[in-house]
This record gives sequence, C-alpha cells and structure tokens, in this order.
Amino acid sequence: MHSIHIIGAGLAGLSAALTFAEAGVPCNLISAQPSERAQSVLAEGGINAALDTMGEHDTPAEHFADTVRGGCDLADENAVKHLTESAPEILRRLIALGVPFNMQGDVPVLRNFGGQKKKRTAYARSSTGKIIMNAMTDAVRRYESAGLVRRYAHHSCLSLLTERGCCKGVRVLDRYTGASADFYGTVLLCSGGLNGVFPEKTTGTTQNTGDLTAAAFAAGVQLGNPEMLQYHPTTVGISGKRCLVTEAARGEGGRLYILRGGEKWYFMEEKYPELGNLMPRDVVAREMYFVRQNPECGGQVYLDLTALPEETWRRKLSDLRKELTDYLALDPKADPIPVEEGIHYFMGGIDTDCAHRTNLAGLYAAGECCSQYHGANRLGGNSMLGALLGGKTAADSILAAEGIPETAEKPVWQPCSDPLAAEVPPAEAAQIRDILLGGLGIVRDAASLEGALRQLTEFAAVPHNLRTQNRILLGEAMLRGALARRESRGAHYRADYPARDDAAFRKTTVAVYDGSTVQITFRQLPEKGGA
Amino acid sequence: MRIVLDILRRAHTDAAPYRQRIPFETEDAGATVAAALTAINAGGIPDEQGNPVEPVRWECSCLQKKCGACAMVIGGRPRLACDARLTEFAKKGSVTVEPLRKFPVIADLTVDRTVLFENLRRMTVWLTQDAPADEQTADAAYDASRCLQCGCCLEVCPNFCAGGEFAGAAAMIPAARLVTELPAAAQKPLREAYSRRFYAGCGKSLACRDVCPAGIETERLLVNSNAAAIWKRLLRRRKK
Repeated sequence: MHSIHIIGAGLAGLSAALTFAEAGVPCNLISAQPSERAQSVLAEGGINAALDTMGEHDTPAEHFADTVRGGCDLADENAVKHLTESAPEILRRLIALGVPFNMQGDVPVLRNFGGQKKKRTAYARSSTGKIIMNAMTDAVRRYESAGLVRRYAHHSCLSLLTERGCCKGVRVLDRYTGASADFYGTVLLCSGGLNGVFPEKTTGTTQNTGDLTAAAFAAGVQLGNPEMLQYHPTTVGISGKRCLVTEAARGEGGRLYILRGGEKWYFMEEKYPELGNLMPRDVVAREMYFVRQNPECGGQVYLDLTALPEETWRRKLSDLRKELTDYLALDPKADPIPVEEGIHYFMGGIDTDCAHRTNLAGLYAAGECCSQYHGANRLGGNSMLGALLGGKTAADSILAAEGIPETAEKPVWQPCSDPLAAEVPPAEAAQIRDILLGGLGIVRDAASLEGALRQLTEFAAVPHNLRTQNRILLGEAMLRGALARRESRGAHYRADYPARDDAAFRKTTVAVYDGSTVQITFRQLPEKGGA
Repeated sequence: MRIVLDILRRAHTDAAPYRQRIPFETEDAGATVAAALTAINAGGIPDEQGNPVEPVRWECSCLQKKCGACAMVIGGRPRLACDARLTEFAKKGSVTVEPLRKFPVIADLTVDRTVLFENLRRMTVWLTQDAPADEQTADAAYDASRCLQCGCCLEVCPNFCAGGEFAGAAAMIPAARLVTELPAAAQKPLREAYSRRFYAGCGKSLACRDVCPAGIETERLLVNSNAAAIWKRLLRRRKK
C-alpha cells in the first residue's frame, strides 16, 4: 500500500499519477469509474498552446494576456504565467505520447477559439478530450503494470479524514461490495466540477457530483470564487442533459443569429467586429440572453454552420455532425441549430495556491474541482491545459513537500456505516438545483439571490441526510459569494451592479464554513512574481 | 407514450435473477432507456403489479455515447442505454433490458468489466518510447483512440470469454494505435502479446464490426494491425 491518494482519474488525476510514477513514487488512483468514463473525455474543441505553427507569430505572452483578460483579471497571474509558458512543452509531450492531433507534416494545425486573437488551439477533430485521455490512460497503464500506480476504479471517496486542521487521508467506498476503508496519507483531489449540483442542466457527467467538494467544504476546506459558473453559449437539450456544441464550430466559421423582424441578425458580429462570434464565453452567453429578451426578436438563437465546407466537416468536426444528427435528427450542413446557454464549467472550487495546496495541510486539489487558472471566465482550450498542468504541479508540490512517502498500512475493508454513503435523493437534488438556478442565472441581482437563499434556508430546515446537508452548504456558499460580489465580472453579472469594481472586488471570493455559518471574505490577489 | 421496461434484475452477485416489468410514461418521443432508468430511480413509479420498485443499479456517466458506462443488452442487442431510443426497441409496448452477459453481474444491470482493463495490461498496451508525429498514421490512430471500453464488441464475439486468453476487439483496437505509431523495433512485447492474445484467437467472425457504439471501423483496424503486428508491415511505409 502507498500513502499518496489521487481522487479522480480524469485528466488532472492521470497527469498527477504519471508525474509520481515517472519519479518512481507509488500512488493510488481512486475513481468511481475507469478513466474512459471521466468527464475529460467529453472535452471537444482543443487545447491551447502558443506553438505558433500557423505563421501568426504567436507567443506565450499573448496566450497569457488573452487568458488574464478573458478571466477578467481575477486569475492569479503567477499561475497563469506558469500555465501559458508551460503550454508548448505540454503539447510536445502529448505529441510524443502519440496523440493524433490534426497535423500538417509533423506539427499540429491550430484553430481559432474564443477570446483569443491568434490560432492557438490544437485539436483532434472534435473529440480532443477523448483522444488525449486515451493516450494518457495508455501512458499510466505502463506504470500500473509496474505496480507504481494502483487503480481503485470502482471506488468513491466519501469524505476527508481530518485532524486538527490537517488532512490525514480519505474514506473510500467500494461501489461493488459496499465496503469502506480509510486510506491514510497525502490526498490530491482531482474530482471534477460541480455538475451534480445542477442535475440534467449541465454539459457534464452524472459522476461529477460535487459531493466530495461539498464534504471537504463542510470539513473546513476553503472555496475560491464559488459564484463563478460558466454558461457555454451553444448547448442543446438531449435526453437527461445539456449537450455541448463545441466552440470549435464557431472557430471554424459558425455564426450566431436571431430573427429580428423576420431577418437574420448576426448580433455578435455587429456588436463585436473584431472577435465576433468568438468573444469569450461569458460575453457571448450574456449577449444571447439579452437578445432573447429583445421584444423585436424571435426568442430563439441559432448557430448557423451551413456554410462550412465539406472538408471542414470531414476533417475537423466529423464527430459533432454525427452527434447532432443522432440526437437532434438535424443535419447541421443543411439546417441551423437552435442553441441555448448551458452550465458547462466551474471556474470556482476548492481554493488553492499556485502550488495547488489547499488551506488544509496534506490536502491538494487540481483540475476542475479547484479554482486555479481561469479567474471569472475560462477560455475555451484552457481547461485540459489547466488539468494537465494542475495535476503535474500538485504532484511536484507533494513530492517536494512530503518527500518519498513511507509505505502505509493496508486499508481494512469493512461494511460501510458512513452516513455519507447515502446519495442525495433525486427529488431533493432537483429541488436544490431549482432553488440555486433561481439565483445563479446568467443575470443575477440581490432580490433573486436573497430569494434563493431564503428558499434554501427553508429547505434546509427539514431533516436531510448528511450528503444533502453538505450540498445545501455548498449551494449556500455559491449564493452568498454571488450576493457579496456587488459588481459584474466575467461569468458573474449583477443587473443591480452592472459595472466592474476593481478597487473593491478584484479579489478572490473565499468561502469557509466554520461549523455553524458560511462566511464570505475577499482576499487580495497574490503579488505578481510572488507565490 | 407508455412503454414497459422488462428488466432482468438481481439484488447482488449471488442472488437469484428475476424479471420486473416497470411501466414508463413520457411525452418525449426521443426518450432513451437511460432516461427511463433515471426516471424510475427518481422513485414513485410502481411496477406493473403495483409493487414499489427498488432503485435499479446501473452505471452511467456522460449520457451522450462518449464514455461507454451504460452498456447493457437492450432488446437482445448490446447497446448504450443513452443511445437506445425506447421507440426503436419496443416490441408490443415493452423493451427487454438485461446486463451484459460476458461479465460478472454486481447487481441488476451493473457488471464488473475489470477484465477489459486487465487485458489491456496483459497486452502491454502502452508506448515504450516517444511516438514520431506522423500525419500519415493520424487517421488510424484517431479511430483507434476512440474505443469506449464498453464491452459491446465482446458481448457478440464468439471467441471471447472473460478469463480466457483471447482479449478481443476491446484490446485489439487500443493496441492498433500503438502498432500504427511505433517503429517495429519498439513493438516486440506488444507484437508478441497481440499475436498470442488476439491474432491466435480471432475467428474473424467480424461480429464486433456492427455493434460498436462509437462506430469504429473495427475491420479496417484489424487488417492494419494484423499487417503491422504479425507481418511487420508499417502503415507509414505504404504509398498513399
């Protein structure tokens, strides 16, 4: 048995496992399902790096500037600098692992993506996440065989084992046998976004429940910017979820329009002549929201891909076309796609520093579950990059801080009596979702947020199981963060405070639960060049 | 519309299997088996006899055909529940839903597919050196990278049984990326494992060809991989 435990086997978890294994250090890789089922496989459009293969003289400095600007100056610039400067090497490493990106000779072709002025996004048609995950899974498998990475692939992490402000390990449930065991050691959470808080209303998986983040929050782990939810502009409803229409569709020439007086109005192109349909996601989603309210307009926004050439469909977007044909019975070559904004990504999450340390000693977080890199709005193409770098950086931090771990005792499996083993009942999950969505829409104000808080308090007043109680606390942190941030920035738009207020709020929202109440404070961003 | 899900259930691995018929009503003509199972597990739907229904154990994740979690036997065929429209499978108003048969049942529709991943380890499906970036092999490598590890291909394979030496298409396809990308000298352990665990056992029934939920061109990858792994013909040497 080993004493480093990675929770989650998506891209961040695999990146961390590979880093430990290549350093010769064993780790446990614990996940509810195998890597093939992780949310990372859903990433479509690509991964950013200033490789400059398109003759546009791109540089990491421009990638940095776009990312910071896209995040509305809320991201830790030291972390973003690390991200954007590391990106070309991360891409070269993926190529060396055999990821079949769309290539021209021996260099990847790059495509346009939202919020970026140059072609910077490497891609494998429109299934980039799946294709990268496959290569990373293969790479980690080599070390599974050598005994350095030990998979627990049908195991959920129920809670953290804490002692006097330190994390001492995790409690793990075997979903097949129903037994649980305590794993002592250093913990790295790579457990993904908070999709489960909004069942059926996000583009994510059913497995990213957010329940571990909620349990960690209840145990005193701080959250950063919990109010920052990304609504992706182009999603469609399919059975049981929102389905993403990749930003790459607009990167390859797709156009958004709404009918105004019976005519097609390309509102993004008119209002934002430079980037047009490829403005950052927060801007596009908000503009869609507003044009839909316009009484002169038809109420439905369409994504028009009908002018895309056959070669683009075949070589770059083949999977998207099949998906739309299968699920919507619609051929995007012939018909515009009716699209709506849908929750897609959580910029906020577990609060970490540049080294991916949380406020609990012995606990680290990386990937979408943590709040690093993306500020108030994530750029398309930066999520997989953030997951890969985050997992590696967290692993490097653990290796530097904790040294080579000692061999720990074998965990003892026993029938599980942990109250957290009981799931949030589906009906209650839907109620919490609806309450939160009442406050956390694309456009927010004090009245709707206070109303949602009141409803949540009433809902919390009746007895619930422990997992539901934790989810209520997490929802409260999101609402209170949104209420306290009396400005508009990125994904957080307040109709009652429509201006950005750098003096008061160019700060990280920090949410902490002290055992009785959820407290919100604002923390200065780290100094540039600092830690 | 009203469709009855006729589910083969089992409380746990050692319990006796039984069938339970659960009616599901929806206005959504595109509703899938996954949607029906989600609704049933939300509670409140009794079975045809009016008995309360315990939650049905099944696995799901992405709900859009990209993760392979929800593979099961629907209307007698292996399918992903998120890709199986009730209207497509209903016969006389009812759809049979059963667990995959080639894997041990954990409970209800949940099966233990660990053998899939063990086989990939046994086949040494990993790179032993950096892959040369090559536009010519990218198409085949892309297709081979799309395998969901759902197990549908093994369900219909006449040569596969869990625990046997033959690893089936679910191992051949991921291996195809590596035999496509790697120079011959770097492939020795993989080639040997491929020969023993796939080539020697494959009866070329091509039953796998028609059931892949990802639409992977199994036959093309099989031919390419046999050429590369067994006959040492590398794709990049072929003239286009």
